Amino acid sequence: MSEKKQQVSRRQFLNYSLTGVGGFMAASMLAPMVRFAIDPVLQAAGGEDMHAVVDVSEITEEPQRFDWTVEQVDAWYTSDVTHSAWVYKDENDEIVALSPTCKHLGCAVNWAGNPDYPDQFFCPCHDGRYYKNGLNVPDTPPNAALDLFEFEVKDGTLYLGNVKENPVQEGGA
Amino acid sequence: MLQKIYDWIDDRVDITPLWRDIADHEVPEHVNPAHHFSAFVYCFGGLTFFVTVIQILSGMFLTMYYVPDIENAWRSVYYLQTEVAHGQIVRGMHHWGASVVIVMLFLHTLRVFFQGAYKKPRELNWMVGVLLFFVMLALGLTGYLLPWDNKAYFATVVTLEIAEGVPFIGEMAKTLLNGDPSIVGAQTLARFFAIHVFFLPAALFVLMAIHFIMIRKQGISGPL
Repeated sequence: MSEKKQQVSRRQFLNYSLTGVGGFMAASMLAPMVRFAIDPVLQAAGGEDMHAVVDVSEITEEPQRFDWTVEQVDAWYTSDVTHSAWVYKDENDEIVALSPTCKHLGCAVNWAGNPDYPDQFFCPCHDGRYYKNGLNVPDTPPNAALDLFEFEVKDGTLYLGNVKENPVQEGGA
Repeated sequence: MLQKIYDWIDDRVDITPLWRDIADHEVPEHVNPAHHFSAFVYCFGGLTFFVTVIQILSGMFLTMYYVPDIENAWRSVYYLQTEVAHGQIVRGMHHWGASVVIVMLFLHTLRVFFQGAYKKPRELNWMVGVLLFFVMLALGLTGYLLPWDNKAYFATVVTLEIAEGVPFIGEMAKTLLNGDPSIVGAQTLARFFAIHVFFLPAALFVLMAIHFIMIRKQGISGPL
């Protein structure tokens, strides 16, 4: 026994060891379960492949909606889902493929969906509007431009891939 | 920090006597393995409870992936076992725990039986314990169907045949369990799932509460 006052009493020691052992047991029990539960958050996001959508000759200056079907693997459920894009050729004959997903709350927008604005995209949920190049009309609910699809043209066919942010700053048309 | 939080709460709602009632009580010498090693037999009840807690936790987590539908049940189990991190461990805990809990329950029952601990005034607690045993067996039985593989399916067919063997009400009992007079299928799985995760656990919690309140009230039986 040293002269010093005992730093750890018997009761404290027992408390610490019991808490430690109990904590260790609880942790080893819960660790796999928690990792199991948070797995979706930690799964790497897979990039979208390019999908053939439409013959380039069908694309006009007027935005048209084109649909294509993708085999979607949703955990244990595999199904065919349809995606769509609004595609047109701008004044420089460049292809523009806009995502139909409204940047306000994710509804689907339509070209000329509102008869009052025949030259704009319109979202029926909260009257959000976008100019032809995808830029959101000021003072409507959306606060960002419609996303753009990455695309490539191979053998006269348009292929669409991931969506990316639309760089437009000024509303055209 | 923790002490401060504890004190802050304790100041307001006075929780110390509450947890004292739950956690702080005398352990008589004859049930303390530190005094007589043979007293380890008194651990089986606590071990049963411990494994039950594991079953509840792992079961809760499993339902994050499992779906009780004949098209998808097997696939969701396969998915969680092969694609989800630690899926094999979590399902393994539930699978093996289901057997271990029955073993522990049985050992606990044997100890109480051979020590005569069920005698007056603890007869009621023995009866509640028997009910707990039945509930636990039923949990094992209903859980067995949920992976919806061949073993599960035919085990359930056999179970239903046994239920049908009950005199007079057999056919009704079978339909009640099965959800359909003849098809072992969609309704059976949905039913067994509901029974397994809602009805039986609810019964289990109530019975466990009664079991524990009674043992605390009556105290553990004396030395042999």
